[in-house]
Amino acid sequence: MTTVARVLTLILAASALAAPAAAQGRAETLVVLTEFGPNSMDIHGVGANFRAYGASWTLYDRLLSHGTKTLADGSRSYDHNVLKPELAESWTMAPDGMSVTFKLRKDAKFHDGSPVTARDVKWSFDRAVTVGGFPTFQMKAGSLEKPDQFVVVDDFTFRVTFLRKDKWTLPDLAVPVPVVINSTLARKNATDKDPWAMEWLKNNDAGGGAYRLESWKPGQETIYVRFDDWKSGPLPKIKRVIVREVPSAGNRRALLERGDADVSVDFPPRDVADMAKSGKLTVIGTPVENAVIYVGMNAKNPPFNNVKVRQAVAHVVPREKIFEASMFGRGVVLNTPVASNTPGHDPALWPYKHDRARARALLTEAGFPNGFETTLSFDIGNTTVYEPAAVILQEALAGIGIKTTINKITPANWRAALLKKDLPIFINQFGGWLNYPEYFFLWTYHGQNSLFNTSSYQNPEIDKLIEAAHQESDPKKYADLVRGFTRIAIADVPKVPLMQPNADVAMQKNVGGYQYWFHRQLDFRTLTKQ
Amino acid sequence: MVRSPLLRMIGRRLLAAAPGLIGVVVVTFLLNRALPGDPAAFFAGPAATQQAIAEIRTKLGLDRSLPEQFALYVRDLARGDLGHSLTTGQPVTADLLARLPASLELTLCGLVLAVSVALPLGILAATRPGSWIDHLARLLTTAGVSLPIFFTGLVLVYVFYYLLGWAPAPLGRLDAFSTPPRPVTRMFLIDSVLAGDGALFWATARQMILPAVTLALFAMAPIARMTRAAMLGVLASDFVRTARAAGLSRHTVMVTYALRNALLPVITLLGMVFSFLLGANVVVEKVFAWPGIGSYALEALIASDYAPVQGFVLAMASLYVLLNLLIDVLYGVIDARVRIET
Repeated sequence: MTTVARVLTLILAASALAAPAAAQGRAETLVVLTEFGPNSMDIHGVGANFRAYGASWTLYDRLLSHGTKTLADGSRSYDHNVLKPELAESWTMAPDGMSVTFKLRKDAKFHDGSPVTARDVKWSFDRAVTVGGFPTFQMKAGSLEKPDQFVVVDDFTFRVTFLRKDKWTLPDLAVPVPVVINSTLARKNATDKDPWAMEWLKNNDAGGGAYRLESWKPGQETIYVRFDDWKSGPLPKIKRVIVREVPSAGNRRALLERGDADVSVDFPPRDVADMAKSGKLTVIGTPVENAVIYVGMNAKNPPFNNVKVRQAVAHVVPREKIFEASMFGRGVVLNTPVASNTPGHDPALWPYKHDRARARALLTEAGFPNGFETTLSFDIGNTTVYEPAAVILQEALAGIGIKTTINKITPANWRAALLKKDLPIFINQFGGWLNYPEYFFLWTYHGQNSLFNTSSYQNPEIDKLIEAAHQESDPKKYADLVRGFTRIAIADVPKVPLMQPNADVAMQKNVGGYQYWFHRQLDFRTLTKQ
Repeated sequence: MVRSPLLRMIGRRLLAAAPGLIGVVVVTFLLNRALPGDPAAFFAGPAATQQAIAEIRTKLGLDRSLPEQFALYVRDLARGDLGHSLTTGQPVTADLLARLPASLELTLCGLVLAVSVALPLGILAATRPGSWIDHLARLLTTAGVSLPIFFTGLVLVYVFYYLLGWAPAPLGRLDAFSTPPRPVTRMFLIDSVLAGDGALFWATARQMILPAVTLALFAMAPIARMTRAAMLGVLASDFVRTARAAGLSRHTVMVTYALRNALLPVITLLGMVFSFLLGANVVVEKVFAWPGIGSYALEALIASDYAPVQGFVLAMASLYVLLNLLIDVLYGVIDARVRIET
């Protein structure tokens, strides 16, 4: 008995001692909850997941960043129209407009204390355009394709020469992909088989961002500590960030409401709506720019290859009902393929009214007076939103004789199914990082038939307008072109837009400084805790 | 060479398990490939082109023929390399080593808890059939089997953490501000004792309570029922009647004669319950953010991430082989009539 008593006393004494120390740490530490965590610290790595982009955003700097603006609801957002310096102090366009020269900060350091030079920038950009997969694809979106485009002028001067004039080039240098890596450190850990140190950088931090990696337990937690020598912006207020992975949304909510966590993301809309209503937490939702949830139809195969069938569907899709049942008011109802906060958004263009008689007439004209049977598919990875949407859509389609069987597809199979492009009618979404309507249309409606042109829609007319809008610098002509391709997309209606999802985040009342980013990752640099 | 019959039996049993394990390797490999998912498409990320997906497929070796992929897999396996997980980005061997102790610790705690409640409960229910304790046992066992395990888990979290605030946050093995003990066994309860850190032991034990109770509620039902049934059978048997007639004390009759004989089927059942619990872990780990192998395998399965699923199944199969062996050895200890040579 005495041993037990002694152990108990020891435990009590120790926990009494530990408590104040922990409380002190808590004031400067931010506890963040996510559903799942990063699978890599390197955004260039094969299969780097969504949260890996966030890890990379935290650990690394880029040459450019964006300014900040205040939205109508008072929340803060990055400013799509304003590029501002990060590692680059300034930049100048060449008179012929075919290159840009960056002056780097001379005082910037990597986490190991070595200076950031133009050689590091070149090595990093060379890596991004060479390793293939997602980083190479994203660089290409800004016409950044070949290593010889990246020129070291001197230690602190770096030039990018252009293959063609492209207004997406500079914004593409402010997305999460073109990170600046400590090339000396990375090279030390490269091998003959792995010249870009892919293996090493997956698990290690070679950055110069505002936070260093303290520890990373894949599938459990990631801990960042502030890099006090950071020069690319004002020193962040939060000293330490603990990101815990909590798979259950209910538990993430309970942890927030009990005050055991400061910030949490990855909630289904219903939880967000409840938390916002209760008023105990700060809940901020920003409609994700250039992102649309839509009903897609296969424009290549019967029966949806007939435009009249697609128009009939457009006439009966009950988007308000779907929005209410699936999004609980979080997001925006959309009746145009251009998202609400993307240039060119014009709800007046939508001609389809809820009109069952007209829909039936269109089906009869198309040769389906008695309707037909088909399958309606969605990805169960987003089931809290898609399932109610699918059920309501199924009911609406049944009203005009289109009988659908619901086909739930697992996330792993969803991409494979999209690749095959043989789903007849489905619910899906797409979002583009660069907030230009023609960027969105290039991926989703253009005849290059990317994976995201899920309808396999082909129309040379729309291709021409999309490409012209990309090149156009005159605002008036640009607006006309955008209206032009939007009109075609609405008339041919391979996709019926439903709604725009929110990027929702819930936090304690004493947490401030949250800012929306197009990449939907938390930026710890601006966050504060009182 | 091996003299001890026990060791010889263990050796023979392990050899006999080899074909089974080989079968497991082949079947999990084929089953995984038969699933309709496409890991390359999944891991190409949200902005993938056909070309990007093809590049990833080549990198993952998924463009090779099935026999070729299998040969490579077996070659790596022979070197102790279970491949890489795409979901965590780490080698599967490292992931399993880091996560298996978490699952085992939780399962064992759940099992110990279940046995320490269910065994006395079953015995008492058998000795006093029809009494209030028998009814209590019936109620608990019915509830235990009929409540889905995730539901029990969520209710416990809701009541004891969210409403009452007695239990700590369901944040896995440790709260966000504690550092795990120096890894020896990688079971935090044992390691914190080895490190002599009382506060840490308490922090770990607190986290353990709710998930262990969730598992125990589920496991108690079959153990209590089986104990009761076995005890009833034994108590009605001739040798117990004889022992009673001979005037042996109630304690001797109950423990030495009845319980010892009733334990045999219970031990068999414990083996099965342990396997069930490892399976049930998948759900409990999800609810309590417990970083074990169950949640690991589930994540991997959703992503069609072959290597971790194969590693998980292989690890589980090996675990079952060892478990069955252990149970057979225990038989010999409990009942000398079960000769280990047979």
